[in-house]
Amino acid sequence: MAISVLAYVLPLDCRWYSVSHLSVQERIDKKRKAALVGGGQKRIDAQHKRGKLTARERVELLLDPNSFVEYDMFVEHRCSDFGMEQDRNKFPGDSVVTGQGRINGRLVYVFSQDFTVFGGSLSGAHAQKICKIMDQAVMVGAPVIGLNDSGGARIQEGVESLAGYADIFLRNVTASGVVPQISLIMGPCAGGAVYSPALTDFTFMVKDTSYLFITGPDVVKSVTNEDVTQEELGGAKTHTAVSGVAHRAFENDIDALLNLRDFFNFLPLSNKDASPVIECHDPSDRLVPGLDTIVPMESTKAYDMLDIIHGIVDERDFFEIMPNYAKNIVVGFARMNGRTVGIVGNQPKVASGCLDINSSVKGARFVRFCDAFNIPIITFVDVPGFLPGTAQEYGGIIRHGAKLLFAFAEATVPKITIITRKAYGGAYDVMSSKHLRGDMNYAWPTAEVAVMGAKGAVQIIFRGKENQAEAEAEYVEKFANPFPAAVRGFVDDIIEPSTTRKRICRDLEVLASKKQVNPWKKHANIPL
Amino acid sequence: DFLDCQLTRTYQCRVIKTCRKMGIQTVAVHSDVDSSAVHVKMADEAVCVGPAPTGKSYLNMDAIMDAIRSTGAQAVHPGYGFLSENKEFAQRLAAEGVMFVGPDTHAIQAMGDKIQSKLIAKAAGVNTIPGFDGVVKTAEEAVKIAQDIGYPVMIKASAGGGGKGMRIAWNDEETREGFRFSSQEAASSFGDDRLLIEKFIDNPRHIEIQVLADKHGSALWLNERECSIQRRNQKVVEEAPSTFLDPATRRAMGEQAVQLAKAVQYSSAGTVEFLVDSQKNFYFLEMNTRLQVEHPITECITGLDLVQQMIRIAKGYPLQHKQEDIPINGWAIESRVYAEDPYKSFGLPSIGRLSQYQEPLNLSNVRVDSGIQEGSDISIYYDPMISKLVTYGATRAEALAKMEDALDNYVIRGVTHNIPLLREIITHPRFISGDITTNFLPEVYPSGFHGHQLATDSRRELLASAAALYIAAQLRSQRFLLSTIPQERGKWELCVELGKDRHNVEVTRSGNTYTVEVDAGRVEVSGEWNLASPLLPLTINGTHRMLQCLSREASGEITVQYLGTSFKVRVLSKLAAELDSYMPEKIPEDTSSILRSPMPGTVVAVAVKAGDTVAEGQEICVIEAMKMQNSMTAAKTAKVKSVHCKPGETVGEGDLLVELE
Repeated sequence: MAISVLAYVLPLDCRWYSVSHLSVQERIDKKRKAALVGGGQKRIDAQHKRGKLTARERVELLLDPNSFVEYDMFVEHRCSDFGMEQDRNKFPGDSVVTGQGRINGRLVYVFSQDFTVFGGSLSGAHAQKICKIMDQAVMVGAPVIGLNDSGGARIQEGVESLAGYADIFLRNVTASGVVPQISLIMGPCAGGAVYSPALTDFTFMVKDTSYLFITGPDVVKSVTNEDVTQEELGGAKTHTAVSGVAHRAFENDIDALLNLRDFFNFLPLSNKDASPVIECHDPSDRLVPGLDTIVPMESTKAYDMLDIIHGIVDERDFFEIMPNYAKNIVVGFARMNGRTVGIVGNQPKVASGCLDINSSVKGARFVRFCDAFNIPIITFVDVPGFLPGTAQEYGGIIRHGAKLLFAFAEATVPKITIITRKAYGGAYDVMSSKHLRGDMNYAWPTAEVAVMGAKGAVQIIFRGKENQAEAEAEYVEKFANPFPAAVRGFVDDIIEPSTTRKRICRDLEVLASKKQVNPWKKHANIPL
Repeated sequence: DFLDCQLTRTYQCRVIKTCRKMGIQTVAVHSDVDSSAVHVKMADEAVCVGPAPTGKSYLNMDAIMDAIRSTGAQAVHPGYGFLSENKEFAQRLAAEGVMFVGPDTHAIQAMGDKIQSKLIAKAAGVNTIPGFDGVVKTAEEAVKIAQDIGYPVMIKASAGGGGKGMRIAWNDEETREGFRFSSQEAASSFGDDRLLIEKFIDNPRHIEIQVLADKHGSALWLNERECSIQRRNQKVVEEAPSTFLDPATRRAMGEQAVQLAKAVQYSSAGTVEFLVDSQKNFYFLEMNTRLQVEHPITECITGLDLVQQMIRIAKGYPLQHKQEDIPINGWAIESRVYAEDPYKSFGLPSIGRLSQYQEPLNLSNVRVDSGIQEGSDISIYYDPMISKLVTYGATRAEALAKMEDALDNYVIRGVTHNIPLLREIITHPRFISGDITTNFLPEVYPSGFHGHQLATDSRRELLASAAALYIAAQLRSQRFLLSTIPQERGKWELCVELGKDRHNVEVTRSGNTYTVEVDAGRVEVSGEWNLASPLLPLTINGTHRMLQCLSREASGEITVQYLGTSFKVRVLSKLAAELDSYMPEKIPEDTSSILRSPMPGTVVAVAVKAGDTVAEGQEICVIEAMKMQNSMTAAKTAKVKSVHCKPGETVGEGDLLVELE
């Protein structure tokens, strides 16, 4: 035995003490060593073969070098049924790695589920470890990043596992709006487990290797007789383009983690922090000459709102959220003179940039995130109205459209709005209008703020009259320009598009000290 | 005085500039897609003459005549292309009493017809190419003519200027194909479907003489321009003077050019094009009765403003200069910067919106004639030229060095452009030594253009620059104001991926200087590391180099333009690079069974239908873009599974055209 050999070479008078000391030290080392290899080399190899990194490799890539401080490496599961109490079924740290570290020097709490230990399944201990870091994250005010790779509940533990999920859900909810919470799905995430990511602020996925669903293809087949693959049911493509459950997908583990680092830099650490400001090399007074010609002369012609956004923000750097879902609205993070801002813009290229159910919900959730975390909101408006039709009405466009209206109205962060072209009807009101406490509302010379387009308006005002063309021309002259809004003070100024960046940067400096408080309430009742 | 200009956008700007200097008010005409283009803003007035297709706007004579009447324009400068060499247009102007800035109808007619022009040239004592023949009506007639002349022969539209639509045939089959393409192109671009077939001279140099003639019978030759660097018979790089001509040959060519101008009572600026063989024998090719794209290089070495001279001549003033007053001062080079992908057949059109655009006007002795600006759209409707980039120097070496600098400083984002090719041409030893022919490109790049080929040193420089840029960006990512203190690391161990190769890199930093150990060598890179600027001025091992950062992704992917060519590298931390081997390989789409459009354009013809069996290399469909027809062929022998395009349809780059089984 190694212990006795070592003890033998030590002086006699300290033998007893040393034996005991060494044996503990060695047990510590042994446990630590065991914790580092999780479920063992075989399972690590299998994980790699699936094109996935291990829980620890992921943490290391996500955080600054040598910054990870691990918690609860010695925690083990407490299940004693089905042979789980045997030593070979105990893994120090159990099926999750938790702790805190730094991303570009800023504090973050991380949990990373370890698929090599019982398939990353959630035991009571596993949940307890996650809850511990979440509690501390909220206490010190730092974001939580979850790297999900778990087969689901630890079935051997039964209700204890379910209790664990609920404990996490509760913390997700109480931490919501206090610290940013981000989920990166890097493997399976099924059943009740999906609700933790769903409760967090952002859910990202890894293409081809991650899945999110309530029930898998087998159960689907037996209940609804649908034939569907895992990928079709809950793959990255499904959730980023069809369901809107996930906010973005990345090529592989490395790409996802590096992008997550990049994304993290946009976020404040908590709701008590101001929007972060990073060193900026892009002059704040830079003119953007290309914008003077970007809006086509014909109001029916499309252009790409992303061209405007890229031109205006720092270094053309725009982190788009949900780029493949409800593409008629563009949302995402950028910086202006180094300060993080949230950008919302109607996208004329897709469905004329109209508001429908999906785009309203997408926009509303984004606006609320920005408001919760002190991130100023810049809104680019080119909206012909809400999308008409039975599909939309039956789907509840009234209720869902109200969410976006609610979010913009409720927001107390600096709000700057630029009307680039159409701002028609109720959609004008919704899109961060002056009436919803917009701080600075601008119109480009191409702006048309009106109840509706000329043709429709004339058909109503001059119903049955001849000379519709003449009436239309009169209406265009009167309303298809920024003046009706400007003379009423509903826009603060009509600006040259090329000066937009300069104006926004200047306004943000002014608005940095903005204070606005909504009346006391337990919480508002957004039309869910 | 009003002057109404209709021409390509680049050109209208050029004319308007001179008119302003001369105190002449200008009216620009434009199509509806060009309504916010630069020339429209520069001119005192602007008139829209129709929708985007040139036949409905810039070539629409009725609309242009209306524009002249409505604005009361007294003169028209037709520029190049479009209506500049259209005799009917000149006649209509004359009938309305509007001055045409250019030669009179007689000269346009005489020189506009390639067959007649050669007869006139011959009569005027100008050397002409042997074995040319007449108008061609059918493919079989074309074959017969070609056989009479002897292969190779060249086929082109009679009415077409420059090299557009020019095709070379080496056998009967190619003659038939060339006949078909050229006659279609002639009809669609010039509204005149006559063709010309003549003997093709192998390995020729294209050298042309600029002439200037007034209405009083005087004419001058303003020296030569060498335009041998061409792709598909279109000029790419031009220079004045030519490295090839001796004073005697220059004088002989100049005098013949003047003889020809006088023979047709030419008045205005014109160009007499010659083919010159290796023995300095020269043959008349054609005369262009307009101001050519490459005229600025002549202006550079002679000091004359050709647009001003044209306007003076049109007003009836006699020439100001004598032949002995015309100097050759220094050297000028012109690069045609095109919105096209040089990796496909030395340049296939690309379209897009110029998201960022900066001309290298910060440099001295650089002239950029362009008609676009940041935010401009490059559409499929017109010539894909972005600008004419001209550099000037006391010597050729100076002009070339300046061109290198100018190309490195030129920022173009949003469309694919040919700067990589231009920079390779002007730095190629054969070009530098003046050993060029019109076949330069296919000879130098027999398997097509593949961008700058890195040598050990330049690869190191590239890798080092990318690594340094990566670190500069990483460090900046830590510099939050009012919060954390950035952590400095002594040494960075990185892995830079270029193509399939990986290079381990060790970097130490001292201020803005990065010392990079890479590929068993040491590279010192310093710069200001402005991460917002598209230009990246660096000092690499003591040498100033202008790189450009085209993109920088969170994933570590960095695209930089280095020595003109854009290179994509991936910079990873050592750890990420190690773990990268576990990442699953993404299976790319099998492209041999699908045919995608290599560029945006219009489908002219579809030769197959679903179920047909096609042989490898067989024509499947024809795409027209920027007035050029491109034949799409099958990559393998297979059955056609489905056809996704039909004639008349507009397609984008990468759009699926045909699927094979």
